[in-house]
Amino acid sequence: MALVGSVLDLIGNTPLVDVSQLSPNREVRILVKLEGHNPGGSVKDRIALSMVEEAEKEGVLTPGATLLEPSSGNTGIGLALVSRVKGYHLRVVLPSNVSVERRQALESWGAEIIESSGNEGSNGAVRMAEHLHAEHPKWVLLHQYANHANPKAHYEGTGPEIWRDCPEVTHFVAGLGTSGTLLGVGRFLKEHNSRAEVWAVEPPAGEMVDGLRSLDEGYVPPIFSDLGGAELLDRKTIVGPRASVKWTRRLAEVGIFAGLSSGAAMAGAAKCAQAISSGVIVVVCADGGWKYLSTGAWTDDIDVVTERARRTIYF
Amino acid sequence: MPVEVRLPTVLRPHSGGQTIVSAKGGTIGEVLTDLMRSYPGMAGQLLTDDGSLHRFVNVYVNDDDVRYLDQLDTKVAEGDTVSILPAVAGG
Repeated sequence: MALVGSVLDLIGNTPLVDVSQLSPNREVRILVKLEGHNPGGSVKDRIALSMVEEAEKEGVLTPGATLLEPSSGNTGIGLALVSRVKGYHLRVVLPSNVSVERRQALESWGAEIIESSGNEGSNGAVRMAEHLHAEHPKWVLLHQYANHANPKAHYEGTGPEIWRDCPEVTHFVAGLGTSGTLLGVGRFLKEHNSRAEVWAVEPPAGEMVDGLRSLDEGYVPPIFSDLGGAELLDRKTIVGPRASVKWTRRLAEVGIFAGLSSGAAMAGAAKCAQAISSGVIVVVCADGGWKYLSTGAWTDDIDVVTERARRTIYF
Repeated sequence: MPVEVRLPTVLRPHSGGQTIVSAKGGTIGEVLTDLMRSYPGMAGQLLTDDGSLHRFVNVYVNDDDVRYLDQLDTKVAEGDTVSILPAVAGG
């Protein structure tokens, strides 16, 4: 692919790299899918394009429309890129405690930022966006957590790419954010190999969102419930900030410059590799390291970085 | 057998502000029941009326979500750490 008509044509078809030298089990291969290679820099370019095109098809999005989306960063950035190319205006509800680079990337592509409370995390951003949408019904809320075009992008794109490049895959490991990647890829892989396992990794974010007033303010994405996420997942494991930073650095040791959630996913893959006798694990590296340079993740003292990561949303 | 239970901020008003408490039981269900006996304020928050885990509550044994193990029947042993966290989105 040497010449393309639009930057949006570069979304998807990301590379898969063998990093088995990092595997704690010699009988288990680990391959990372580098979603940072998307033009907006993350896996979320896929769902941004898919949700926008679906809304255009349905006639919900008309030229010059304003989009509104709650996002801790990457979906907002993907939508900002797609909106810029297609001529939409975008407002992103962004928790205040994301890395400065996420904010800068959004502004570079012309998105307007509406800040939500950092100590309510993404849950607070979702609530604020829903509230704003009720006040401004003309703004189009694509709502990544409830939009079936999100898992569809992975069922039709990410999943088939993994199957094409590595049909030997036995385990799929990815971060749980909206659950779109796990639902779409997981379903595709299980349809092609019923013995494939799907492992979800999440940060202990519930520890950080001390602004929630009760457990009723917890949030399970509607797509996860709608599409039987609880039945699809085989395992869900928490990876804390220290292990995330440690594995982000280990990836860098083999030349993979990835974000902190990729480190978390790798930590989950290492745990998986230790739990099985043999297999091939495919891990999603959701973005590159560029947006986290300000956290000092690769260069500063690990205790200092871990403490910083504890206060930053990186999923 | 006593296990260590880590509580999220939202539950700490019911534990007198403690972050880590001790509870007894051989399964997650027994541990949660013992926890609610010690701290009755948590009763309505953890389990629904029919005795299943509240949908916005995630419970982990040594970092693994019990929903994908044996749910409330998941076994715990002395030295295990049980964590309770609200379900949180990302993205």
